[in-house]
Amino acid sequence: MSTPDTTRTRPDDGARMEALARWLDDRLRLAEGSRVYLRKAFPAHWSFLFGEVALFSLVVLLFTGTFLALFYVPDTRLVAYDGPYAPLQGREISAAFDSVMRLSFEVRAGLLMRQIHHWAALVFVVAIVVHMLRVFFTGSFRRPRELNWVIGVALLLLAFGAGFTGYSLPDDLLSGTGLRIGYSALLSAPFVGPLMGFIALGGEFPGTDVLGRLHIMHVMLIPAGLVGLVGLHLAILVRQKHTQKPSPKATNDNVVGEPLFPNQAMVSLSLFLFTIAVLSLVGGLFEINPVWLYGPYEPFQVFAPAQPDWYMGWLEGLLRLWPAWEFTILGVTIPSVFIPAVLVPGGIFTTVFAWPWIDRRWITKDDGEHHLSQRPRDVPVRTGIGVGGVTLLLVIFVAGANDVIASDLAIGLQATTNVLRVLVFVLPVMFGWMAYRLARWLKGDNTSPSGADDPGIGGAAAQAPTEAGSSSS
Amino acid sequence: MADERGRPSSAGMSISGQQAEWQARAERAGRGARWAAISLLAAIGSGIGLLILYVQGGQTQLEGILIFMAFGSVALALGLWVRLVIGPDEVIEPRHRMASTEQQRGAFSAVYEDAVDEVVDGGRRRVLLRLLGAAAATLGLAVAFPLRSLGPGPAAELFRTAWRPGSRLVDQDGNPIRLADVAIDQAVTVFPEDAPRSADSQAFLIGTRPDAIVLDELKEPTAQGTVCYSKICTHAGCPVGLYRAQAGELLCPCHQSTFDVNRGAAVKSGPAGRPLPQLPITVDDEGFLVALGDFNEPVGPSFWNMTRDVADE
Repeated sequence: MSTPDTTRTRPDDGARMEALARWLDDRLRLAEGSRVYLRKAFPAHWSFLFGEVALFSLVVLLFTGTFLALFYVPDTRLVAYDGPYAPLQGREISAAFDSVMRLSFEVRAGLLMRQIHHWAALVFVVAIVVHMLRVFFTGSFRRPRELNWVIGVALLLLAFGAGFTGYSLPDDLLSGTGLRIGYSALLSAPFVGPLMGFIALGGEFPGTDVLGRLHIMHVMLIPAGLVGLVGLHLAILVRQKHTQKPSPKATNDNVVGEPLFPNQAMVSLSLFLFTIAVLSLVGGLFEINPVWLYGPYEPFQVFAPAQPDWYMGWLEGLLRLWPAWEFTILGVTIPSVFIPAVLVPGGIFTTVFAWPWIDRRWITKDDGEHHLSQRPRDVPVRTGIGVGGVTLLLVIFVAGANDVIASDLAIGLQATTNVLRVLVFVLPVMFGWMAYRLARWLKGDNTSPSGADDPGIGGAAAQAPTEAGSSSS
Repeated sequence: MADERGRPSSAGMSISGQQAEWQARAERAGRGARWAAISLLAAIGSGIGLLILYVQGGQTQLEGILIFMAFGSVALALGLWVRLVIGPDEVIEPRHRMASTEQQRGAFSAVYEDAVDEVVDGGRRRVLLRLLGAAAATLGLAVAFPLRSLGPGPAAELFRTAWRPGSRLVDQDGNPIRLADVAIDQAVTVFPEDAPRSADSQAFLIGTRPDAIVLDELKEPTAQGTVCYSKICTHAGCPVGLYRAQAGELLCPCHQSTFDVNRGAAVKSGPAGRPLPQLPITVDDEGFLVALGDFNEPVGPSFWNMTRDVADE
């Protein structure tokens, strides 16, 4: 509000700012178009902030990553380690691993940068996923926002790619194992698999070119894709304006919110700084990926238990749960990893990409333009499928640690795996159905799915998917 | 874009009520400004502390804490500033359907079609447009070809390893191994002598128990019950790192496939789809273990065309 303090700015400061603004406007004619953006309405809700957290994590990743790239050497040639870490002194290690050791032990603030970078990568994917769940369960992907949904899913895939390539760069024992599994998945693609694997690595695994290639993917191609698609994502967001929760004021024909300047700008800046602060704290205090403990990569060594970064856990779980089905028919072998490592993830991502159209065609049967967010209860079928899908991913994620669970609970590995194989079918159906029933109950629609018993109370409430009618205030 | 300011209205409130609200707001703003100032001072302090720490040689944990305090304090100050000092504000913008009106679309197509008409000269030069498309497709294909330079074709590499008839088995330091050196229940990682530490030739040499091994189920010769299997898991390619002598099984720590060393490394449990390939071995005149040839099957994870005749290569 108008506190008298604002007039205390020295007049020449204001005059200088104004002169600069005039200089720019003389050349770019900015005032005309910018005025409306200063007062652009931003609907406020805490759940709208996850996308911003993802964006800010990406900024942290770009800055810390640039610092790391100035020291990293993508080279598998062997050098003798002569740094301060005693257990490895004199050992022959790759120049890549050596540069990561140097970053961790000799470059001032290098370890901090490495750890912030790794934690930021984990938070980046968490924020994307939570943001996606918000958009999914509130139906915010509906027309006209299908394009931004598709771009968002592509961004998630790129984030996976960035994580996988980055994880493989230090050339430590764990990263090499992850790379070996990725190469095996590539190899299982029908017929072109071996060619794709050889082209990706420049020859048979492990090859000598692989680090250079992963490095360029990780520091150039994937970041370019991420930044480009984030730009497009935001441009479309500005064009289409934000969705909002329905209220007596907020309708499908307006946008109600805080102005971009100063309110939203300050909130976003505050969140940005807070993201940096928390990532730095976590990166400073909590050790992550201590490659010196894993040691350099040797293709014939491995250690247990080995788990990937969290967002790869569901793929790892699929590989562990899938039965040993390998067939040779008419001289053609279908490798056992083909279905769990290629077909199933491909199917899941195709479904997620296509969700706006699936939703419109079979669930809501509504092709209208929507700018109001729904409540999960408004579309029980979608909510049920969503909860079931998330449960499925969680079960296979847990299965990615079946060896740890088996030893912690002191039950056999085989028994653990078999229990998980049952749960992977039972739990998603159970939770999905419960979510569906809960949504219908909250909506005030008590009829059973078959519609046989209970004619339902309150016919008006039963039509809740029409947005304006569903606001309960 | 209309710009209605919808600040919380105080219509219908008594004069004294309004005054009380004004006063509360002013107090809140004052409190917010005070705390924001303190936060900013804390940020400055932490920033200076960070600088000193860095110059002194740095310390990862303290650096993390100080950056947290520096950035977190500014974040807090901004939050207090916008929430307490500036206070809530509300803008209501109208929203229109995304689609252009039919009129606008019509105007666009009219201009566009006129232009296209000029390009194809009223339809007489349409073939030019098609040729341009074909040229673009050809060039696109030509530009994609250098991708092929990225790697050699797989050819026979996936079907063979560095093992040759007569290759001595050596350990990871290159020492050849005598049959007499391999005790019962012992497992040694071995390589061909001319390809030490080779990724695709790695194998596990295991001294099996005479009462447990079933020689009839082995596909290749052993050296008096000492067997040698590829160390690369046939599931996803991890090294099969663990030998459990008691159970006579090899365990892959990545996805927990187990292989029965006494029965030709057949899969006992887990997701692997086929046994570990076996290396035919024997003992040479000096008592050293040597390979009789390559593995009996391609090593590592399966691929679609792996069963074709290797001899064709």
